Amino acid sequence: MKTKIVSIVLSFIAWILIYTNLESITDTIVYSLLQLQKGSPFTFALHFFVFEVPKVLLLLTLIVFVVGIIRSYFSPERTRKMLGGKKLFAGNVLASMLGIVTPFCSCSAIPLFLGFVESGIPLGVTFSFLIAAPMINEVALVMLFGLFGWQTALLYMSTGLLIAMVSGYIIGRLKLERFVEEWVHAVKVSPVEFVEEKISFSSRVDLGIEAVKEIVGKVWLYVLLGIAVGAGVHGYVPENFMASLMGKSAWWSVPISVLIGIPMYSNAAGIIPVVQALLEKGASLGTVLAFMMSVIGLSFPETIILKKVLKLPLIFTFVGIVGTGIIIVGYIFNILY
Amino acid sequence: MTIKVLGPGCMNCRTLEQRTIEALKKMNLEASIEKVTDFQQIASYGVLRTPGLVVENKVLVQGRVPTVAQIQELLTSYVA
Repeated sequence: MKTKIVSIVLSFIAWILIYTNLESITDTIVYSLLQLQKGSPFTFALHFFVFEVPKVLLLLTLIVFVVGIIRSYFSPERTRKMLGGKKLFAGNVLASMLGIVTPFCSCSAIPLFLGFVESGIPLGVTFSFLIAAPMINEVALVMLFGLFGWQTALLYMSTGLLIAMVSGYIIGRLKLERFVEEWVHAVKVSPVEFVEEKISFSSRVDLGIEAVKEIVGKVWLYVLLGIAVGAGVHGYVPENFMASLMGKSAWWSVPISVLIGIPMYSNAAGIIPVVQALLEKGASLGTVLAFMMSVIGLSFPETIILKKVLKLPLIFTFVGIVGTGIIIVGYIFNILY
Repeated sequence: MTIKVLGPGCMNCRTLEQRTIEALKKMNLEASIEKVTDFQQIASYGVLRTPGLVVENKVLVQGRVPTVAQIQELLTSYVA
């Protein structure tokens, strides 16, 4: 335990030292070591890459570690208990927020759906959870924070929450229970008592480290590729190139972005650096935000997984309502900014 | 001893199955391992997260892939 504390404290100090000196380290590498000339597109792109990759990876490591510890205090079982007996609206609000902190992977979407519905949690509340959980995740938030700044990250989180709450509420009010596959209601859950393990703080720290290994180990390549493409766009694509395509004046760009985004299955780590570069070339924030939300929040594979428990009308309603919510958010931000 | 691995067949479920086999081998245990891929059956164990490890109808692990050593530890209480 003692050595663990020491090594974590040392890593954190190293983290701060590297993070606060990244700018000068990058300058040294690009201008002094490689002796590249300032001002050329290649230097610009390379500088961007050398600076952003370690920055984003450092942020990712720290946040995933902290979130990993926080998540160890939550579980789907506990979330289900907390949501039990909650009415619409209050239930939607709580479910959306729990969707952020409850550990969730889309491969568990079906057992989770069954478990929620079976314990009597309303369909609309279950949907609020299922919308918020993938859309608002720590990887997306870190990437947004690192590349766009905290305002955009906060914006993404709050509008994502709002979409999850409202969409779930609407789905609940529409009374679509009949479009849930019949066999779902036939599932008899044997009342297995779930024993909540007592976990020491030390093993929660281990869980944080495990989360870093798993998540950062999975996304670092996407971060690299995404930032490489973003760097290329930064250096070589002319200013205002995107203005006519994804700019404010192009009113149709928001729905088109969402339509393109839904079948796209890229994780946040790969898509956000590219999108950030587009923003600099004249794309507008609302359009960009809408595109990201539809890529991350409404993914095709997940919808196909849900097909096992939901009939088509309910799937279309779900995609339609969330998609409309995202489009509205896109327009609002195009008007505001 | 009957062991069941719950999961629709994703990466994690296969890893869990392999590690369980390995753990059994290390402990020189004989056991039948059954894969449960049907969601209806998975849900009937009250499992909300896959993969799940069920030994003698008791859910020992869910939502994570324990190491071989951890599985060995979990199984020891069933040996005696």
